[in-house]
Order: sequence, then structure tokens, then C-alpha cells
Amino acid sequence: MKYHSQRNKRLIIKSGHLIDPGQGLDGVFDILIEGGVIEAIERDIPVEYAEVIDASGKIVVPGLIDVHTHLREPGFEHKETIETGAKAAVAGGFTTICCMANTNPVNDNQEVTRFILKQARAAGAAKVYPIGAVSKGLKGEEMAPIGELKEAGVVALSDDGNPITNSSFLRRALEYARYFGLPIISHAEDKMLSPDGVMNEGKISTQLGLPGIPNTAEEIMVFRDIKLAELTGWHIHIAHVSSAGSVELIRQAKARGIRVTAETCPHYFSLTEEAVKEFDTNAKVSPPLRTKDDIEGIKNGLRDGTIDIIVTDHAPHHPLEKAVPFEQAPSGIIGLESSLPICIRLIEEGVLSWPELIRKMSYMPACIFGLPGGTLKLRRPADITIIDPKIRYRIDVNRFYSKGRNCPFHNWEVIGRAIITIVDGNIVYKADLRDPLSLTY
Amino acid sequence: MLNRLERKHLLGIEDLTREEIEFIIYTAENLKEISSRDIKKVPTLRGKTIISFFYEPSTRTRTSFEIAAKRLSADTISISASSSSIVKGESLIDTARNIEAMMPDVLIIRYPYAGAPHFLARHLDTSIINAGDGMHEHPTQALLDVMTVKEKKGRIEGLEIVIIGDIAHSRVARSDILAFTKLGARVRVSGPPSLIPPYIEALGADYYQDIEDALIGADVVIALRVQRERQKQVFFPDTREYFIRFGLNKRRLGLTKEDALFMHPGPVNWGVELDPEIMELPRTIILDQVSNGVAIRMAVLYLLAGSKT
Repeated sequence: MKYHSQRNKRLIIKSGHLIDPGQGLDGVFDILIEGGVIEAIERDIPVEYAEVIDASGKIVVPGLIDVHTHLREPGFEHKETIETGAKAAVAGGFTTICCMANTNPVNDNQEVTRFILKQARAAGAAKVYPIGAVSKGLKGEEMAPIGELKEAGVVALSDDGNPITNSSFLRRALEYARYFGLPIISHAEDKMLSPDGVMNEGKISTQLGLPGIPNTAEEIMVFRDIKLAELTGWHIHIAHVSSAGSVELIRQAKARGIRVTAETCPHYFSLTEEAVKEFDTNAKVSPPLRTKDDIEGIKNGLRDGTIDIIVTDHAPHHPLEKAVPFEQAPSGIIGLESSLPICIRLIEEGVLSWPELIRKMSYMPACIFGLPGGTLKLRRPADITIIDPKIRYRIDVNRFYSKGRNCPFHNWEVIGRAIITIVDGNIVYKADLRDPLSLTY
Repeated sequence: MLNRLERKHLLGIEDLTREEIEFIIYTAENLKEISSRDIKKVPTLRGKTIISFFYEPSTRTRTSFEIAAKRLSADTISISASSSSIVKGESLIDTARNIEAMMPDVLIIRYPYAGAPHFLARHLDTSIINAGDGMHEHPTQALLDVMTVKEKKGRIEGLEIVIIGDIAHSRVARSDILAFTKLGARVRVSGPPSLIPPYIEALGADYYQDIEDALIGADVVIALRVQRERQKQVFFPDTREYFIRFGLNKRRLGLTKEDALFMHPGPVNWGVELDPEIMELPRTIILDQVSNGVAIRMAVLYLLAGSKT
């Protein structure tokens, strides 16, 4: 992997199929990059004095953006570090990622925010934007210093993993965060409804004797969050939507003009509770994998725009932490290096078109969270992902840059992946397509 | 009839075929006689090492397995969570791998969480027997229940089996429902709706809202223990109300067939799920279940560890 060392070089991406929903481009173009920014997008750019990437037959898109990851540093470096996470990101085609605040110490003060930004710069792979805690220590009691966090560089606020149960607290936090223009990302779950829950409440939980988490535990909180967004007039973003009922609530809220946006993850439209059947701890995730009906609901939500974006909720754990009986295993699935090929299945299934998918994986995340990137307009940073849409291979966790191995898509045969990832005009990732272990033809 | 059991582990009734269940029962019926001999020991498992590993309290199951192994001349070692390195924070997989390094032939495990025996079976080469995993399965209990009913009734096919009480938290209920339905009986369940898991029909049982309706015409009634230790939430008002509304007494049991059997996997909370007035009824066969438990466990140990040589 190379780092940002090629400033002021001319780089031309030749003859790729450019898909940039932010400016309505969908066709074959050349892209000229100079000084780390987009200099020209034209039909035929002369290649003199430039490094040329032949992208014919490839899809060229604004760098993918994942606003929901857990990079585990500081505090849990055995699971992941900012460096390994950022490298996993570019290997998966992501040029920009946001990381959640549930580190140790929690990102509830500027010291932690600055530390994360410093580590990310040192890693030199993907751009990393921290998400600050809503409450001190993620306890849901006292507000974190939101103004200080904003100044240090957080782009949103979330107590992800620890749902905020106190509605009055969330109301005041929304009102206060509005002043600083920071949206609040809500992990919507009423834990009182699922005190020991480890999987979806349904047929499989009854068969396996595992305590269940009903869809209602999510939907009650989604509804509350929507009402609080309405009450405060501020933006709430619903994290990792897993239930068809939540999609319907969000659809109705949007129709009424309430400031709510929503995300889902590849596992919520690709896997059901059946994945847990052999007590596979790699399929243990919060919220849990649900049913075929929920997958349908989520796909409909993706189709009609109710669900604005796709994130990974990349949640690495050490393999030994997952090598325990199901109920004792931590929740979480990694996704940075499997998300794109799983999402491309949505195109094959006719759920989304290429431009719609790139909209949800790059343009909209940038718009919703005010991030640079998401479109390749002139003079904007050259954050670009080149995708081979035809390459067929097996996902292999042992080839991941992430320290996590907790990926239920291991061994899936998929089509399509990022082959070159460019951040600020520098090639930060290039897939080794001759490697017989990572790719089979 | 099979002549051997082609499997390495006994993890749950779910995995067993009807033929396998019948073969285990048949073997147990033949081994039962050993326990009534003057010298209760045969050399079948001499030289085999059987380790039982109980992470949860147990009187019946643990003693029963140990007696079964000893009557077959196996060497037995028993480990409980409180006397093991678990209290020092050793993980289950590490503990199990260390035990396996001492070359046991069979590992019997009881664990408070579902799937632990399946987890060990994936990671170890030793035969694993599930002696109860969380709220999931308790296969030897179901096998001894089937054996006891078959002994008294001569058949399982066509019987109406009723299970009353805390179905949601009961591994016995899950294994019993699977075992009895695989052998052609019908299983009804009833109890407070807060203790009935969703999609109970996915297990193959019929749910009855009213416990008295469920009892009408029953051939066998299995009462379940109210498992307070697993109930961290509020499921019903109190044990007094439970006893009045859902406890089994002479009047309620009068709704069953005249020759119906009354069973309980133990330990019984007398005065909660069962009225002490039924303790001495000849149709209450709780202690027969315990006796057959030894025979079933002898059969399982023999079929997993002994019959291959």
C-alpha cells in the first residue's frame, strides 16, 4: 500500500465508465487529476506527461463513504486499530469513513477526537472523521461537550451501542446539537424489551432456546426518535435499520417532512435469522438478523429512497472473543472489505441501478453528514474508487486488512470489487489481481 | 432396528432420527437390568475415561451420568465450575482443550448457555454429550421420559402428551416435544402465555390457551419446574397465584384419561407447579423417570464410547 506521496503529479484515469450521481454523469470519460484534485472530466484527454490508469471496462465512481464503523482505537487495539481499519476501508473501496465513539476512553472530549485524527493521518489510507458521543461515557446522563467536540472535528454525535433511553435527555441533546449543526445518530433499541436478547425473536430463537429481540424493540424507539425529531425540528439519523416496520415508520415520517434520515447494512438485506442456526457467532449482531419479510421491507426502502444510505457498521472483534458459546459472544459483523460486492448483488437483483447504489454509498453520505467528497466536481479532492464489475471471486476473511474475522460472508462467491482506490489523487490501494488466493476466475 | 449408533456426539434430539431414538431406548431397556443386580457392574467401558463438566447445579443428571459410567466400569471424573479454573477466568474453549489433552473418551457438559456442547463438538475430537445447554436441549432427559412412557404404556405412537408450565425457559420442553413428536405422539403445551415462546408450533407442539382444555383426554402430563433462576423479568404475579391458576392438583388431573401418567423432570417445587396431594398417586411416576435415567445414560455412553470396539 502506498501513501500520499505523489503530490502535483498528473494522473489520468482513461476510458472508465464514470458514474457520478452528484452531477448526473453516467458514461465513458477520462479524468485528469492534478495536485490531488479533479482538473478535468472530458471525453478524450491527451495522456502526455501523465501517469495513466487504463480503466476501460471498469466503473469509476466518487470514493465510497462509510459513515458507520468501529475502529476500536483507543482502548481495544486487539480488535482493530485506526490504521488497520483505514487500510481495510481503502481495500474495500472506501475513501472516507466515520468512526463511532464507543472506544476506551470514549470519544466524548477533544483529546480523544484529536488523537483519532492524528492516528488517521499517520495511517494515510482512508480519510477518517470521528463521531462524538452524545453523553459523557455513553451513559445517557450528562451531555458531552458538544461544542468542543465540533471544534475538534467530529461530524455527528452518537451513543451507538448504548441506546439513549431517557427521552427527555435525547430531546435536550437534539436541541443543543442543532446549534452546532451536528446530526444525532440513533441506535434505536428498547433494551427493556430485550433484556437478555441475542438474536431475532422468532422461530429460530424458539428452536434454539436463545433469548429473542422482537422487531418491536427497534420500532418503538424509531417511532420515539421520529417524534423527538419532529418536536425539536432537528435532524435524527436512524442507524442500521433492520426491520420492515422501522422502514414503514421512517417512510411516513419523511412524507410528513420530519428531518429524519436512515441507513441500513449489507447483512440486513442479505441474511436472515437462519444464519444463526448453527450457533454461528459471526452472525451475532445488534440489531439482529431478521426475516425474509424484513429483507423485502428494507429492499423496498432502498428502492424508494426511505433508506438514504448503506453503511457497514464494521464492528471487528478478536477471533477469540467470538470463539465462545453464542450467548456469551460480543455482537458485531465486519463489513469494510465485503460491503461493495454484497451491495452489487442489489444491482443484479434489480433493486438498485449503479447510479442509485453509488448515490447511497457515496453522494448521500457526504450530503447528510456534510463531508467533502461524494462527487467528482472540478477542483474537488480526487477521492475515487475504480471498480471491476465483472470479477468473480470468493470472499476470504484471511485476506482482510482488518484484524476482525467476524464476517458471515466468508466464502461467498461474489462478483465485483474495488481494484484501485485513490485518495486526494494518490493511489492508496491496488488489488493484486493475479493473486490466486484472493481471486478465482 | 439399528445395530449401532453412527454418531460421535449426542447434542440434541433435533439431530436424532426416529430409528436412533428407538435404538437408544431399546439399548437402555436391555441395560436397565444391570442396576437391579447384586453386583451392579459390567466391564463394557473398562479403560474408558469419562469427564463430566457441570457449569450449573445438578443433582439428578450429574449423579445419574456418574452412576451410569461407573456401572459400565468407566473411569469418571467430575468437574464443576466453582472448583475449576473457570473461576480464574479461563475460557470454555481453553478449559476444554486442556481437558482434551488428557485424552478422555467422552465429555459430558452442562452449561448455562445454549449451543455450548455444539461449540465444543466443533472444536474438539472427543465425543460430547449434552447434559443440558441453557434453554435449548436436554436430550437424555427426553430419552428417559420417552423410555418411561413406553415402559408404562407400551407405545408412544398416537399418545396425547401434555406439557404444562414454563415452556419458554425449559430445555426439557424443547427436547420432549421433539422426541415425542418424532415417535408419533401429539404434544400439547399450555401455561401462562408469558411463559410460552413465540412460534411454539415451529417445534411441532399445539398450543392450548386454557390449561384445563389441554388436560382433557391426555395420556401423559409433564409438569415443568418454574425456573425462577432463569426468569430475570416478571412473567407472572407470584407463586401463590401460579399454584392456584396453573398448578396441577387432583381435580385438574381428573380431566385426563383414567390411566394418564404424571411426570416431572425435577427438581419439583411442591406447592407451585404440583400440589403435594398428587405425590403419592400411583400414576405419579417421577421416581421411575429417575431410575430410567441411569439406564438411558448407560445406553448413551455405551453407544458413543463402547460399541465401536
